Amino acid sequence: MSDIDMIDAVVDRHRRDGTRLVQILREIQEQLGWLSPATLTRVADAVGWPRAEVSGTASFYSFFHKRPRGRYCVLWSDNITDRMLGNADLMDAMCKKLWLEPGRVSEDGLVSVNTTSCTGMCDQGPALLVNYRAMTRMTQARLGEMVGLIRNETPIAEWPAEWFGVEDNIRRKDILLAHDLVPGQALSAALERGPEKMLAEIKDARLRGRGGAGFSTGLKWEACRNAEGHGAGAAHYVVCNADEGEPGTFKDRVLLTSYADLVFEGMSIAGLVVGAKKGLLYLRGEYRYLLEPLESALAVRREARLLGKNILGSNFEFDIEIHLGAGAYICGEESALIESLEGKPGRPRIRPPFPVTKGYLGQPTTVNNVETLAASCLIAAHGSEWYAQHGTEKSTGTKILSVSGDCERPGIYEYPYGVTVRQVLEDCGATDSQAVQNSGPSGVCVAEAEFDRRIAFEDLPTAGAFMVFDETRDMFEVARNFAHFFAHESCGFCTPCRVGTTLVRNMMDKIARQHGSPYDIDELFKLHRLMQGASHCGLGNSACNPVFDTLNKFRPAYERRLQSLDYEPAFDLDAALSQARQMTGRDDAGAHLQNEADA
Amino acid sequence: MNANNIFQLDGEDIPFRSGQTIMQAATHHGTYIPHLCWHPDFAAHGSCKLCTVKVNGRFGSSCTTEAQPGMNVENRTAELDDKRRTLLQMFFVEGNHFCPSCEKSGNCTLQATAYELKMMSPHFDMFYPDRPVDASHPDILLDFNRCIMCSLCVTASREVDGKNVFAMGGRGILGRRIHINSESGKLADTDFAATDRAASICPVGVILRKRKGFAVPIGERKYDLAPISAQVKEAAP
Repeated sequence: MSDIDMIDAVVDRHRRDGTRLVQILREIQEQLGWLSPATLTRVADAVGWPRAEVSGTASFYSFFHKRPRGRYCVLWSDNITDRMLGNADLMDAMCKKLWLEPGRVSEDGLVSVNTTSCTGMCDQGPALLVNYRAMTRMTQARLGEMVGLIRNETPIAEWPAEWFGVEDNIRRKDILLAHDLVPGQALSAALERGPEKMLAEIKDARLRGRGGAGFSTGLKWEACRNAEGHGAGAAHYVVCNADEGEPGTFKDRVLLTSYADLVFEGMSIAGLVVGAKKGLLYLRGEYRYLLEPLESALAVRREARLLGKNILGSNFEFDIEIHLGAGAYICGEESALIESLEGKPGRPRIRPPFPVTKGYLGQPTTVNNVETLAASCLIAAHGSEWYAQHGTEKSTGTKILSVSGDCERPGIYEYPYGVTVRQVLEDCGATDSQAVQNSGPSGVCVAEAEFDRRIAFEDLPTAGAFMVFDETRDMFEVARNFAHFFAHESCGFCTPCRVGTTLVRNMMDKIARQHGSPYDIDELFKLHRLMQGASHCGLGNSACNPVFDTLNKFRPAYERRLQSLDYEPAFDLDAALSQARQMTGRDDAGAHLQNEADA
Repeated sequence: MNANNIFQLDGEDIPFRSGQTIMQAATHHGTYIPHLCWHPDFAAHGSCKLCTVKVNGRFGSSCTTEAQPGMNVENRTAELDDKRRTLLQMFFVEGNHFCPSCEKSGNCTLQATAYELKMMSPHFDMFYPDRPVDASHPDILLDFNRCIMCSLCVTASREVDGKNVFAMGGRGILGRRIHINSESGKLADTDFAATDRAASICPVGVILRKRKGFAVPIGERKYDLAPISAQVKEAAP
């Protein structure tokens, strides 16, 4: 099949529907390796979209390539937990072995090596993606072997299977992970109740969103149910947010690996309540390897009459489709996620209107976290009274934590809400801990004095990340890693976030180079206040949190890097000559300039 | 107009029609709220954040927040103007803005707003991005060095000209930019015309007419004659 025939076949399979652009581009790229200008023109013509918009979408997502990439595209997960497991040395060694600079494609087009945002394997890093296949537990020994396989152009399908093994690492189960429901049990209980009573049950259970914000699931479903569909395409939609992009979070990966039925059943229950016939699961691109198993799980459910028409003999109709993301943290924000589902760059919408009234394709849409939907099955099966017995007054039920970093047993821990940070640390075998990054970079950095605080909406709300740092770690470097993350992931729509995240990153780098002064600290606080108040969405609002928290709680980590001056120029005379030194191959005393401060 | 439809903007009574945003009502009334990406002819874009005000004590964009009776809105306070100055500085460091050599000088919204808010320096380190100029079109020059990502050209081309010559794409500080509707990425290969609404909408000096430089001398241009805050009525719908 020629390239053009292949492109046409993909577009036709998606009914030449431009709103499916992200899926179309991904499938074409999987075949051709990259998205050439001619490819984008052909796709634009076929779906009837302006070419500029197709190009705009293609260039938004990190995993889309508008220039040829290496036939082997190696991306190292660069979360702080991967750093702590030594990914920088490994990547460096790999580049040396391959005679490569990070970010460049080798002259022969064979290979490129770079970093990528957290791939959700923090409990089994250092992790990487090779041609967008997830790999875990990289070692120096494996690295040598891998470089050989790349040089010999051995197809990835023939690489050792254990390199691609992903463990669940479930360490503590509670009511959700230890459930004994069989597929269909929760859904039939929901059907028996009917949508109104099921909704009442969710509200009575006081279920709140597990994505971190903690909005009442019952109120969300009710608002969506009560909203009217618009125009010819009037419909309601359920969207499962599986764009688990918050660094340090990987619990949705485990739910989708070993509890997929529970998630799909939760989506079906949501569909019944809000009156939707269609559900969409937005799976982050890093979890591409889960697509086929999830599709099979859906097929089994269709076979068992748990999806499709006349579900379990009722007149309820519902089906689920999986969309893959393509490397954009911002798509975890629900309105950005919907934009992405519609084939556009993941740019958060202006709200109101909220998705519950005007979401996917302009229709009422409920967007819920993977874990929230799974938890709704427990409420359907066992009732709100039983469910609300677990957890605390304002945070009913349980929370799954993704524990990583400095501890003996990283992995998945499910606790009733209200558990203390100290208890989790004890259970995971963490000793001499100095801090926990709760809920990821956009969450809260908890210092030792606060370890008796509780994981619950009324104290420490969380999306699930729980990264542990022992006393040997440099909390400044933790915050600097997160600053780089936000600068990379800002969508660029609003000024304070687009420019502010880069300014913060640059200032953190300046301090790291020992060129910072107390003046820069004040500047960081000023940017924090601006970004928190003026940004368009939560990303910009929270992008300075890790810097702000560590500045307040771990100030010495910053201060020992500061020159004892009021002002320190960012410009380094000697460093400015480094390019000239590289070009001339000189490194003698005459090729160096002394900075005044050192003189 | 409903007599109850009044809100307070820095202590001044502003009447509004139901459904109007704070920005629309203030502009109609002749009161200046600093802004760059908002234009009275088009729906709010909400990206520049210069129009950030405090509504009953909470930050919000005045171009996207609907006016409500009795609202108390802070606008030109020291706190808000300070934030706006920082936002302006962000624009100046993320692009390449050399006012003295720019044809738009004196007619430029960014420059006029910076004067209005007494921005004295860019303050931050310049980013010096590499943004190639597109001089391919016979009548129009595109100098992206000055782009402030307001998307007004995108909207005007789509909604008024019916052409979709521009789209905003890419991500973040490095990637976000205007995409041109041709495979070459060049304006010459589109159906863009100098008579398009999009050709005259740019608030800064990105979209410029060729062979028509400095027709009005510096010193006699729009914002040379009066500050931007004194020219609100002209912009009102």
